[in-house]
Amino acid sequence: MAKSTRKTTTSRSSATTRSQAAAKKAAPKAKASNGGSAATVPAAGMAVTDEVAIQVSSMNKWYGDFHVLRDINLTVNRGERIVVCGPSGSGKSTLIRCMNRLEEHQEGQIIVDGIELTNDLKKIDEVRREVGMVFQHFNLFPHLTILENCTLAPIWVRKMPKREAEEVAMEFLTKVKIPEQAGKFPGQLSGGQQQRVAIARSLCMNPRIMLFDEPTSALDPEMIKEVLDVMVDLAESGMTMICVTHEMGFARKVANRVIFMDEGQIIEQNEPGEFFDNPRSDRTKLFLSQILH
Amino acid sequence: MSDTLRPEDQLGGGLPERAPPPSTVGIQGWMRENLFSGPINSIGTIVAIGIIVWLLPGILEWAIFDATFVGVDANGDGSITRKDCLVENAAGLMTLEGACWVLVYVRWEQLIYGFYGSDGSIWRPTIAFVGLLLAIAPLLFDKVPFRRALLWFAFAFPFIAVWLLGGGEWKLSSVLVFYGLIVAILPLLFDKMPGREILLWVTKIYPLFIAFLLFDAILDTLLGFSIWNTLLGPLAVWEFSPLPALAEVSTHKWGGLMLTIVIGMVGIVLSLPIGVVLALGRRSTMPAVRLLCVIFIEFVRGVPLITLLFMASNMLPLFFPEGIELDKLVRALVVVVAFSAAYMAEVVRGGLQAIPKGQYEAADAMALTYWKSMYLIILPQALKIVIPGIVNSFIGLFKDTTLVLIIGLFDILGMAKAAVTHANWIGLAREAYVFVGVVYFIFCFSMSRYSIWLEEKLNTGHKR
Ligand SMILES: Nc1ncnc2c1ncn2[C@@H]1O[C@H](COP(=O)(O)OP(=O)(O)OP(=O)(O)O)[C@@H](O)[C@H]1O
Ligand SMILES: [Mg+2]
Repeated sequence: MAKSTRKTTTSRSSATTRSQAAAKKAAPKAKASNGGSAATVPAAGMAVTDEVAIQVSSMNKWYGDFHVLRDINLTVNRGERIVVCGPSGSGKSTLIRCMNRLEEHQEGQIIVDGIELTNDLKKIDEVRREVGMVFQHFNLFPHLTILENCTLAPIWVRKMPKREAEEVAMEFLTKVKIPEQAGKFPGQLSGGQQQRVAIARSLCMNPRIMLFDEPTSALDPEMIKEVLDVMVDLAESGMTMICVTHEMGFARKVANRVIFMDEGQIIEQNEPGEFFDNPRSDRTKLFLSQILH
Repeated sequence: MSDTLRPEDQLGGGLPERAPPPSTVGIQGWMRENLFSGPINSIGTIVAIGIIVWLLPGILEWAIFDATFVGVDANGDGSITRKDCLVENAAGLMTLEGACWVLVYVRWEQLIYGFYGSDGSIWRPTIAFVGLLLAIAPLLFDKVPFRRALLWFAFAFPFIAVWLLGGGEWKLSSVLVFYGLIVAILPLLFDKMPGREILLWVTKIYPLFIAFLLFDAILDTLLGFSIWNTLLGPLAVWEFSPLPALAEVSTHKWGGLMLTIVIGMVGIVLSLPIGVVLALGRRSTMPAVRLLCVIFIEFVRGVPLITLLFMASNMLPLFFPEGIELDKLVRALVVVVAFSAAYMAEVVRGGLQAIPKGQYEAADAMALTYWKSMYLIILPQALKIVIPGIVNSFIGLFKDTTLVLIIGLFDILGMAKAAVTHANWIGLAREAYVFVGVVYFIFCFSMSRYSIWLEEKLNTGHKR
């Protein structure tokens, strides 16, 4: 019986591959000037649909007695790019880890891609197949080559033939600009390269949503840009993204919305321009003054 | 000063390549670096050389120069005994000067095969041993010619070996239990084999069948009624040979090195997977599973192997009905496997604990199921970390096989002991035990070297 569900998801996924590819071609690469050549596409230029990708309502989470997430309400539409920021320990990681059930919430509802996250393992796996995640410390599999890292999930979860999986993987490795490293092991790559591999690895599963948990904060400054460039490209392709990051340049450039969290609550959310230039709450102001000094 | 510097001096670079200084290369360099790098090292080297010079001549003289290798029936009584090694000394007495390897020469068959030859032909274990080498090769090394074919052979080998060594005719239930296993495992190993769907049914039914037989045996013991026997009638007691018939050689004829290898191999091959399952069970989130594994591991580790063997040979029969007698070797194997699996479980658990949480999370995040993430991601890394520990357990296990002596199985050490207590070979304990020691050393040292080689090979440079 597990077999039949797998088959249906496989066919669905290949259908989405095609439609996404078609959408990518059709989308005009509208570039508007936003002060300087570095800033490419304005947030408004990318299609945000009315379709809901993630719906979090009245969600609470505790670690033992510690109330780590408090009454979280958040709706993410398909195509939206959200940046989450806030002081250390405010629960940012916990929030996005709840969205693919790496952490369990105790109250409220999380609906991802129309599937509610409960204890049902099958539902959880269904969600995880559609949600990619990139971690602060890359978490590449050190015993596998770069190519094998990328093909593992497509082959074992999507049941994709090996040859096809390798082709897809090479395509994404080319997109993150390191196809020549395919045969190496993660330990032989720089941090920035590893993180780009991690992004490619997630993309190989053809996810509909990508979660990023501080993808650049373990990197040396000169490597941050190469990873952010890849993420900007991804944003331009219309991916639904939720990024925990303190890269404010990135937030300004690609985010539709910036969410500020503190002590397990969403304190403030706004589109990036407003958020940075006119923060409303004092805590936000204090936080911004600390990271932007 | 600085304005006298040329531009290339300021920038660095432009230096020609030079050969390393002579003191670091060649034998001289090696010796300086490794043997005489400091006063303590130098003293150590000199002491070591002294010990070698002091001991080696005596050893060589005894083992080789003064030794007798081949029995020449010197006193003409038709049999070769220790007397053929005696030489006349200065006082005109007949004494043993060097080693009398004639013992090994004469007792070779028993040392290697036990009493196998008295019932069957020793070509059977010999072929089985060659088969063993062929079966192990593709598992140990990945650049073996015909590896795919050999892997198939390796899979079938245990079943062939049992037939080859044991022979005889089997009851239908035994054939189904044993050869059913091969059919049940096949579809799990090969993802894309033809007829997999059908074989998967066997896989599903097999454990139920085993459970049924166990239940039936209990029923038979308690009430004297067996569903199986009743259902099948004469078929249940009918005995046949599933493969071409070979004469039966009872396991108490097995002995010598052959028995050592059988116990060692079965222990090694089964203890690792069982140990892995126990280790995973001990970390399971299901309390019942965890408790079972903890109880098993702690019980087995808390009791000496000798005690367990004793229990298996003297207490287990008390639980079985009169007629049923579990083979002594099978009992020993169960104990050895259980014992080393418990140790293996703890070794593997150490490896599992060393895997960062991020690896589990990355596997989870890509929707891998528990077993797939263990098989593809966690275990390959965890087992690699604990290769030294695993091989250490294997070596310990291989040497512990000598303990089966106490339940009346004669492995190579048992055969050697039997030889030196014989009147013909009085006073040759040294030769016998040195021979056994050398054999054990060859096996254990090979395992040790292999593990070092494997670690080297699996090093993917992520230890930074
Ligand atoms: N497994 C856990 N058990 C108990 N407490 C935890 C656990 N994980 C996180 N916490 C606590 O929950 C709070 C939120 O953690 P979280 O990792 O979500 O913070 P964060 O906003 O991502 O911080 P940072 O910017 O440092 O990554 C912290 O106070 C942390 O100590
Ligand atoms: Mg965090």
